Amino acid sequence: MAKDNVIVIGGGPCGIEVSRNLRDLGYTPILLEQQSELGGHLRLWDRLFPEGVEARKILKDLTSDLKGVKWFTDVNIESIHKSRKGYTVNVDTGMSFETKALVVTTGFKLFPAERKQEYGYNIYERVITNADLEQYFHTRKDPRIQNPKTIGFVHCVGSRDEKACNRQCSKVCCATAVKQASEIKELFPDAIVYCFYMDLRLFGRSYEDMYLTAQKQYGVRFIRGRVSEVSEDIDGKLFVKAEDTLLGKPMKMKLDLLVLMTGILPGESTTQLSEMLKINVGEDGFFTPRDTILEPCRAKDAGLFMAGACTGPKTIPETLSEARATAIQVHKYLSR
Amino acid sequence: MIDFGYTLSKSGTLKIENLDDSRFKALHKLEPDAYKCINCGSCTASCSAGVFTELSLRKILLSLQRGDEKDYINQLQSCMLCGKCMLVCPRGINTRHLILSISKIYNTVDR
Ligand SMILES: Cc1cc2nc3c(=O)[nH]c(=O)nc-3n(C[C@H](O)[C@H](O)[C@H](O)COP(=O)(O)OP(=O)(O)OC[C@H]3O[C@@H](n4cnc5c(N)ncnc54)[C@H](O)[C@@H]3O)c2cc1C
Ligand code: SF4
Ligand code: SF4
Ligand code: SF4
Repeated sequence: MAKDNVIVIGGGPCGIEVSRNLRDLGYTPILLEQQSELGGHLRLWDRLFPEGVEARKILKDLTSDLKGVKWFTDVNIESIHKSRKGYTVNVDTGMSFETKALVVTTGFKLFPAERKQEYGYNIYERVITNADLEQYFHTRKDPRIQNPKTIGFVHCVGSRDEKACNRQCSKVCCATAVKQASEIKELFPDAIVYCFYMDLRLFGRSYEDMYLTAQKQYGVRFIRGRVSEVSEDIDGKLFVKAEDTLLGKPMKMKLDLLVLMTGILPGESTTQLSEMLKINVGEDGFFTPRDTILEPCRAKDAGLFMAGACTGPKTIPETLSEARATAIQVHKYLSR
Repeated sequence: MIDFGYTLSKSGTLKIENLDDSRFKALHKLEPDAYKCINCGSCTASCSAGVFTELSLRKILLSLQRGDEKDYINQLQSCMLCGKCMLVCPRGINTRHLILSISKIYNTVDR
């Protein structure tokens, strides 16, 4: 018996894993991705915390097994109509798809670092973001990174900051900072590396070891205090001001490179989809599920499901677990 | 300097590049755990001498890490080497041994 179509919107790690699992359960998933490749943010990362697994390997494992999944890239959702039978999704290529169950896996958006003007991204030459550094780790090419001797990492850029209109913690950037600080020490062993943090929020199995290794093996210097402003001198060196709050002293330093830990914001299309599908969004802008504890992957509408970073910051293992759980929820719904 | 009739007060700001942390590097060689401190303050809270003096091992260690030696190092004079701080340290730092190494490298004994 041919089983139903299920439409999945967003082809990041979450959408891919939902689709693969629905396929295994006998459905025909239709995966719609607006970019020209599948993979979402996983495509931007080099090595993943906590163990340093290659992101490209995970991406390859996920995408090499898509037999039975109908996936489309470069598609934009034009409209979605809801009827008693389910949903009709119309896309800009002229195609239209019918489905009884719809899964939203549209992920997140990185905080645009230039919005924190006082840190000088796109103004000063040697200020880069965590995403730029991941790219550098992969290509080893970036004109802004020239054998730096002193490097600073700024945590919570655009997170936990009401001035940036985002009060929430992005959850993954402390782990990313500690990982990247250690990786850059490996490339430039003589460099002095500082992490400016407000609170260190690394959790979960073996994350503490990652922190300990950064301290003990790589000698990364953790300074509890937020960088308040950055300026540049004539040679392109950066002047950074912060308070060492554990010592109770303001400090100033010159750096050759500053890396901004941009955080996780609700995805671009969250507003559009929340209007089309009448999904609730929280004050933080992420989709709000029916029940945050018991039904975290279901919207109010019976046939509507959502998973991954579109419902809040998550790591990849968390995203993938939620994707698998969602596939089962969809199956239960369709075979009721 | 010309006397303009007023004085400027010294800035309390640490200028990191003006600080010299070479002695901390030497200490780190002797005490590989010197960077492991997470500033939890347990050592200071349970310190036998802390009740009577300003002694804070946490602050001493942190200031040495920064290369900003002068403010806290003299506090070590009141340490009795009782080792209570070692019992409570969650990072498992042998603080008593660390204190002895600090005394050696920073010559606190002769001060
Ligand atoms: C700096 C940084 C470093 C990180 N490093 C790690 C790490 O080392 N280890 C780890 O476990 N996690 C890491 N993460 C977290 C990880 O990136 C996320 O868990 C993961 O990307 C979430 O997957 P997702 O599919 O939900 O969202 P995304 O990866 O954002 O994918 C969403 C996809 O949906 C598409 N989409 C959006 N809207 C539409 C639409 N309207 N129509 C069609 N398609 C749409 C997007 O184009 C995208 O391809 C990191 C995060 C950050 C910010
Ligand atoms: S994970 Fe760390 S860097 Fe990221 S927002 Fe939370 S506290 Fe800030
Ligand atoms: S060894 Fe010194 S610093 Fe440690 S608890 Fe005893 S007196 Fe305090
Ligand atoms: S108890 Fe250990 S970790 Fe805590 S402040 Fe003292 S030395 Fe540092």
